[in-house]
Amino acid sequence: MARGNTLTDRRSGATHESFLRHQNYLYLKLAVALCLVSTVAYIFFSPVPRHNGGTWLGYTLGTISAVLIVWLTALGMRKRAITPGKWSLKGWTSAHIYLGLSLVVVATLHTGFQFGLNVHTLAYVLMMIVIVSGVFGIFFYATIPQRMSDNRAEKSTAQMLEEIAALDNDLREAAQPLASENAIVVQRAIDNTKLGGGVLERLRSNHPKCATLQAMNELKARRKSGGDDLGPILSVLERKGVLLERARRHVRYRALLELWLYIHVPITFALLAALIAHIVSVFYFW
Amino acid sequence: MSTVSVDLAILGSGPAGLSAAARAAQRGMSHILLEKTDHLSDTIYKYQKGKHIMATPSQLVLRSDMPFEAGKREVILTNWDKDTARHRINVRLRSEVKAVKGQRGDFQIELADGATLQAKAVILAIGTQGNPNKLKIPGGDLDFVQYTLDDPRAHFDEDIVIVGGGDAGIENALGLADPELANRVTLLQRGPDFSRAKAANVQLLEQAKEQGRLDYITECAPRSLEPGLMIIDTKDGELRLPCNRVIARLGSVPPRQFVEACGAKFTGPDREAFPQLSPSFESTVPGLYIIGALAGYPLIKHCMNQGYDVVEYLAGNTALKPADEPLLEAKFAHLPMRRSVDEWLEFLRREIEIFNDLSPLQMREFMLESDVRFYRKDDRIITRNDVGSSLFTIAQGSVLVEINPEDPSITVPIPAGQIFGEVGLISGRRRGATIRAAGDTLCVEVPRSAALKLMGTVPGVKRRIDRITTERMMKIIFGGDIDPARLNRILDAATLRTLKPQEALITEGEVGFDIYVIRSGSLVVEKNVGGKNVFLSYVPAGAYVGEMALFDNGRRNATVRATVNTEIITMPGDLFKEMLAAQPNTAKRVQEQIANRRRVTDYVEAQKAGFSGVVDMYTSVADFLVEQGLGEATDALLIDETLCIGCDHCETACAESHDGISRLDREAGHTYAHIHVPTSCRHCENPHCMTDCPPNAIRRAPDGEVFIDEKCIGCGNCQRNCPYGVIQMEKTPPKKPGLLSWLLLGMGPGPGQADHDWIDKQLAKKHTEAPKVAVKCDMCKGIAGGPACVRACPTGAAIRVSPEGYLRVAQAAGAEG
Repeated sequence: MARGNTLTDRRSGATHESFLRHQNYLYLKLAVALCLVSTVAYIFFSPVPRHNGGTWLGYTLGTISAVLIVWLTALGMRKRAITPGKWSLKGWTSAHIYLGLSLVVVATLHTGFQFGLNVHTLAYVLMMIVIVSGVFGIFFYATIPQRMSDNRAEKSTAQMLEEIAALDNDLREAAQPLASENAIVVQRAIDNTKLGGGVLERLRSNHPKCATLQAMNELKARRKSGGDDLGPILSVLERKGVLLERARRHVRYRALLELWLYIHVPITFALLAALIAHIVSVFYFW
Repeated sequence: MSTVSVDLAILGSGPAGLSAAARAAQRGMSHILLEKTDHLSDTIYKYQKGKHIMATPSQLVLRSDMPFEAGKREVILTNWDKDTARHRINVRLRSEVKAVKGQRGDFQIELADGATLQAKAVILAIGTQGNPNKLKIPGGDLDFVQYTLDDPRAHFDEDIVIVGGGDAGIENALGLADPELANRVTLLQRGPDFSRAKAANVQLLEQAKEQGRLDYITECAPRSLEPGLMIIDTKDGELRLPCNRVIARLGSVPPRQFVEACGAKFTGPDREAFPQLSPSFESTVPGLYIIGALAGYPLIKHCMNQGYDVVEYLAGNTALKPADEPLLEAKFAHLPMRRSVDEWLEFLRREIEIFNDLSPLQMREFMLESDVRFYRKDDRIITRNDVGSSLFTIAQGSVLVEINPEDPSITVPIPAGQIFGEVGLISGRRRGATIRAAGDTLCVEVPRSAALKLMGTVPGVKRRIDRITTERMMKIIFGGDIDPARLNRILDAATLRTLKPQEALITEGEVGFDIYVIRSGSLVVEKNVGGKNVFLSYVPAGAYVGEMALFDNGRRNATVRATVNTEIITMPGDLFKEMLAAQPNTAKRVQEQIANRRRVTDYVEAQKAGFSGVVDMYTSVADFLVEQGLGEATDALLIDETLCIGCDHCETACAESHDGISRLDREAGHTYAHIHVPTSCRHCENPHCMTDCPPNAIRRAPDGEVFIDEKCIGCGNCQRNCPYGVIQMEKTPPKKPGLLSWLLLGMGPGPGQADHDWIDKQLAKKHTEAPKVAVKCDMCKGIAGGPACVRACPTGAAIRVSPEGYLRVAQAAGAEG
C-alpha cells in the first residue's frame, strides 16, 4: 500500500492512490466524525429508564444504520453497472470500507447494549459477521496483491497451465525408454496432476498427495537400486514440481482474495432479511 | 493462330476490370477481358473462406453494371460470375499478358500462351499483387509445388517444405504447424536470419521451433525436387528432406515493372509512387488507362466506379461527372464563395504551393479526404497544446501564429499559399502554438494519412514540407528573431537521419560538435556510472541535444539513445556557435538549459559512491517502461501490482463500455518492480496501426485518442502492424440481456465479455452475419467520466499516464526500492 501513499505526495490531483487512501482519507474522516457525533450524543443524552433502540436517539442511529446497510449493499450493483459518468469504484470501495466499519459503533450504540435471543440481536450478530469478514477482506486486499505479483512472475494463469501441459509432454517423451514399472509411475504423475479443487485444497499451497512429488520420491528410491537412467526424468519432474508449486500458490492467493466474499455476501443477504424482520416487528409490536 | 482484334482490351478481372468490361458490354463495344488465372477476381478469390467483405465508404454511391454490396466472399464471387454471363462479357481466362505495345488505335497484346491480340485501347486493372517469383530448380514445375496457401486446415499429416522466410512464408508455416493437423513442416531461409519478416512473426516461429511444432533451416537453398523428396544445400552440406508439398513464398515481381514496360510513367522512384494519370485515368501512353488498386485506390467501390467511368470516357461521354462529385459538392457547399467543383479544385491547386504539382485526379482524391474551412478574423484555427496531426494549407487570406503563450498579441504571420500544423503531422506531438486567422481566411485541412500519401506520391511536396518543418522547429527552439540569411545557411547544411530503437546518437566520451534536433520519436540520455547506465532524462520530439559538448571541447559527457524509430536533424556545431554569438538572447536560453543539464550530471557524478539502490531502481524501471513502448506512448494504462487484486473488473468495464468486447488483457504483458504494462493501446505518437489502413479508418481524436471508426473493412493490417499486439479482430457481439435480468433471472452471460460460443450461438439464432472488425482501446472517447478501466478499478491499481507521468511513477518506485 505504501506505493500509493508516496505517489500522491508527488502528483497532486493524480489518480494513483490506493483505495484506503482515496482522496486523502476522505471517507475515514467522515466515518470517524460519524462515530464521534454518535458517541457524544449517546453520552450526553440520558433517556429514562435507559438507552435502547426506541428513544429518539435510538431511532436516529437505527435509521442511519439501516440506510447505511442498504447503501453498502449497493456496491454490488455499482460495480456491475458500468455506466458513464464521473464515479470511481475505488471511491465506492473506500467509502464502503470506512462507513461499513463505522457501523460497529453506530449500530452498537443503537442497541443500547441490550442483547437477547431474538430477531433483533440476530440482525446485529449477522451484521458483525459481515463486518468481521470484511476486515479479513481488507487485510487480504492490502497484503496479497504484491505477493501474487511476485509469485506469478509475469505469467498469466493460462500460460502457467500451458507450461505444465508442455512439461507433461516432455515427461511422456522422457518416459519412452523407461522400463514399464517406471513408466507407469510417470504416467500416474501426469494423469493425477491436480490443481485447485475444493476450498481446502485451494487454500493449501502444497498438496500432500501431489502425484508429481510422489512419483519423484518413488523414482528416487528406485534409482538407488539401479536399472534405468532416471536422471533426466527426475529433472523434468522437479521442474514440474516447482511450476506446480507456483501455480498452486497462485490459486491460493486468488482463493484468499475471493473466499471471504463467500461469507461476506450471503450473510449480507441474511442480514437484509433479518433487518426487515427487525424493523417490521418493531413497528408491529409498538 | 488467328489474331483477334477488339476496340477495348481489359487486363485483370478484379472489381475494376469486371466493372469496366460490364460497361463495355452494355455499350456494345467489342471488348475482351483477360484474366491470368482460371477464375475471376483472383485477389478476392484468395481471401479466406467465408470472409466478410465490406462496402466502404458507405456514403459513396456505387455506379456499375455489376452489383456489389457487403457480404460473404462466396456470395459476391457467385454473383459476379452470374452477372458476367448475363452481360455476355467476353472473358478469356488463363491469359497471362507478357507485353503491351503500341498506343491509341494500335495496341498489340502478347499473351504467355503465344497468342497476340490487337486493341484500340487498353485498360490496366491488374491490381497490386504482382506475379509470384517461381521456384527455379529441377523439379520446380512438379504439381505439388504451390505459391499460395488457401486454407492450412485442408492439409493433414503431410511433409511440407516452405521456401522463403518472409512474413508470408512464416505465417503459412505457423498455420500448417498446428499440432492438430499433424503436418511435419520445415521452413527454408536463404539468409542467416529472418530480417525481412516482422519481429512478432519471427518470435512466434522461434517459439514454435522450441516447442517442436516445426523446424526451420537458415543459410540454405533448395537444389532439386522429385516426388516425395527435396534435396537442399545447407552450410553443413547436402540434406535430403521428405516432402510431398512445397509452398514457395519467394516474393513477387511488382506490377510496376510491367506497367513501365508498357511505357507508362510513375510519379516518382519511391515504392509508394503511383502511375501518372489524367482525370480520365489515362496514363502517359495515349490510349492506355490504369484503374483500381494499381492506380492507388484499394477500395472495391472506388475500383468499380472507375471501371464504369473509364469506359464512359472512352466512349466519348465527356460530360460524365465522377461518382464522388456529390461528395465534393457537399464539401464546398458551406463556403461563402460560389464556384463549381472543377473551379474549386483548380483554384486550390493554383493557390496552394504544395498542391501545384498535383494532377487534377490527385487533387480530387485529396479533396475527398480533406476539408475546406472558412475563418473570420481572429477565429482560432489551432490551439496550443491541442492534439492534432493534420496539415493546414492557406488558400486565401493569412494567419497569425502566437509565438508567446503569455502574450497573444505577439504574432508571426504566415501568408497565403503556405502551410502550417506540420510539426503535429511529422512528430505527432501536441500543437506548439495557437494560430488564428488574420482576416477572412480560407484553409484546407489535410488529415495526416492524406498528407503522408501526398508526400509519398509527389517528391516535391516532401522536400518542401521537410524544409518548412526544420525551419519552423529551429525558430521555435532558437527564437523567432533568428536572422533569415543565417537560418537559410543552417537549413542548407542540416541533414535528416533516422535512428532505430536503441541506436546511439551520441556516445559518452567521444568527440563531436554537432547539435541534434529531434523531429519525431524520442531519446533517452544516460550516463555511465561505475559500469552501469544511469538514466538521466527523456527528451521528446521538438527538443535538441548535443549542445553541452560545445562548451566541453567537444567531449560528449552522456550517451543518447533512441527509444523508438526517431528522426533527427543534424546541425553543424560551428553554425550553431556562430548563431549564439550573433544572438545573445538565444545564447542566454541555451546557457540556462546547459546549466540545468549540468546540474543533473554533476549530481549523478557526485553521488557515484553512495549511489546504489535508488538510482539503479529508477533507471531500471525507466528502462523497462521505455522498452515496453512507452517511449512512444501518449497515454498508457499501467497497473500497480501492489494494489491489483486480479478481479479483472477493468476488462469487464471495458467490454461493457464498448459493444461487449474488452480491448485490454490485464494479465498478459510484462511487469517490473510491480509496475505492470498490460496488453492495451499506448496511443503512440506516430501510431504503427495507421501506416496501412486502406479505408483510413484509424484516426486521432482531438484529445489524442487513436481510434478506429466505422469505416473499418476488417483487413487486419493494423493488427499485424501493431508491435504491442493490442488490436484484435472480433465480431461485434449481439446485445446482452440487461444487468437486472442477469442478476435476478440469470439471463444472458452477465457483465463483461461474453464467451465466443455464446456470441456465435446468438448470431446464428438471429441469422445475422457479423463481420470481424478491428477493435482497440479508444480511451473511452465520448464516454462521460473517462476510461472505464480506471473508473472500475476497486483498489486504484489501474492508472493512465502520459510519458512524463510514467517516469514519475518510475521515480516513485525507485525512491522506494
